[in-house]
Amino acid sequence: MNLIRDNASVLAAAIAEGEVSSEEVTRAHLDRIAAVDERVHAFLHVDADGAIAAAKRVDAKRGAGEKLGPLAGVPLALKDVLAMKGQPTTAGSKILEGWIPPYDAAVVERLRAADIVILGKTNMDEFAMGSSTEHSAYGPTHNPWDLDRIPGGSGGGSAAALAAFEAPLAIGTDTGGSIRQPAAVTATVGVKPTYGAVPRYGLIALASSLDQVGPCARNVLDTALLHAAIAGHDPRDSTSINAAVPDVVAAALNADVRGMKVGLVRELSGAGYQAGVQQRFDEAVAILTELGADVVEVSCPHFEYALAAYYLILPSECSSNLARFDGMRYGLRVGDDGSRSVEEVMALTREAGFGPEVKRRIMIGTYALSSGYYDAYYGQAQKVRTLITRDFTEAFEKVDVLISPTAPTTAFKIGEKVDDPVAMYLNDIATIPVNLAGNCAMSLPIGLAPEDGLPVGLQIMAPPMGDDRLYRAGAALEAALVDRWGHLLIKEAPAL
Amino acid sequence: MTSISRADVAHLARLARLAIPEDQLDHYAEQLDVILQSVARVGEVAAADVPAMSHPVPLLNVFRDDVARPGLDREAAFAAAPAIEDDRFRVPRILDEE
Repeated sequence: MNLIRDNASVLAAAIAEGEVSSEEVTRAHLDRIAAVDERVHAFLHVDADGAIAAAKRVDAKRGAGEKLGPLAGVPLALKDVLAMKGQPTTAGSKILEGWIPPYDAAVVERLRAADIVILGKTNMDEFAMGSSTEHSAYGPTHNPWDLDRIPGGSGGGSAAALAAFEAPLAIGTDTGGSIRQPAAVTATVGVKPTYGAVPRYGLIALASSLDQVGPCARNVLDTALLHAAIAGHDPRDSTSINAAVPDVVAAALNADVRGMKVGLVRELSGAGYQAGVQQRFDEAVAILTELGADVVEVSCPHFEYALAAYYLILPSECSSNLARFDGMRYGLRVGDDGSRSVEEVMALTREAGFGPEVKRRIMIGTYALSSGYYDAYYGQAQKVRTLITRDFTEAFEKVDVLISPTAPTTAFKIGEKVDDPVAMYLNDIATIPVNLAGNCAMSLPIGLAPEDGLPVGLQIMAPPMGDDRLYRAGAALEAALVDRWGHLLIKEAPAL
Repeated sequence: MTSISRADVAHLARLARLAIPEDQLDHYAEQLDVILQSVARVGEVAAADVPAMSHPVPLLNVFRDDVARPGLDREAAFAAAPAIEDDRFRVPRILDEE
């Protein structure tokens, strides 16, 4: 076996069988991080001592004959937007530099309960605002496929950690595509669960009606196992759904799309999509048909307004959520010289602590919510949101899942779009509708674009609480592609 | 349709408690204007009779028993405070001089 290249379920089985210890697996990943992360910069903080201690506890449990969970002892990279007790948590922002949370997020509690070993915190666009990790206050993450290119965002650190074989599992968050687009550009798998499926207690909020925590891995089964470990109701999150979690693991093992109705979203392909992305997507559609899926074209006419609606709703919510960073109880405080008022200190603190993209979105949100503009901007965006949700509802009356390319292009060069906000926003064009409606979606790798040799992702979308459909369809497509290639696409990533 | 001026940015920054330096106001004005022009497309949709949607799931009030639970202890709550005085968060003055 190969401790850093094998999939999580393989590692977990080997740990359970005693073929290898969790400590050995964990140390192998810490060594890998030490060897490559200077170039990749997937991690903002590595908790080597905590990881080894957690691994030793798993090994002791196994030694004592305790029954272990399906991912016990396997290392994981945690996006730095989730509070982890005793470990720095910055959300990629200077305003939280040095903050040590006094509590664990619900997801972190669940990871610990599942005996998953947390290696550290991964880089991200500041407060998850971005599609490239270039908006991190701590410098960008580099795509392991080409270190001059972006790894996607906001969860670029988590996706890059997977693609650089620094961790076999990762946690991301997805407000407009921050799990799926990084997965697409790194040839990894990422799922945005149904809104409310994974509790957000301890998640630093960006846009509360859109944010969702989700699993990331290098194949569909590992993603399902991690999904099962973190999903389910938590009364501390008032938006958490109090219902049974769909059996995503069984679905990932039932890789069969015969008879499944698959809708190809007309508005999410063609013009604006890179030729190689479109080509790989068309090939994947042909494979799904060969596998017995019934592929039909579906129209969702209001999707063309999704980007505009999203970039009003998100800034509006974030301008409110980020008001909590006022330099009073925790985090940075600037200019408190004894003479300045609290408002002056807040303004100086926020100016110094937030980066340009965060300030842009806070000001756009403030504008969209101000009287005189509210109806034309925020109010109208909320109506468009209703129409987009209706498009989905009508589509899911005809089909079981919808598909599209995950992102319009492959990974672009670092620096290419960083000062052009609207060009950056276009990365999210295919992923945003799902967040607006609260649906679930997966991105999985479907090949390399012929023109640049970079990964392309396919998005599968399902209705709320239909997460199992993603895994069934995703596993079937993945199996067919692995059959062709002889291995997962990620195994072709550069050695670094 | 929109045109964000330097004065608009200064006003928004004041509302949002951002001490944006004078020499950056024009740059932000230009960028916010481009963003607002692109999102103004929502206005093209005829939606007068469509209900607004604030949230993807129906939100109902949730009740629970009022049971005492341990909270953060004082030390943990103060650990990240920028300034403490007499076991309290010390903040800058909140009232004007006069």
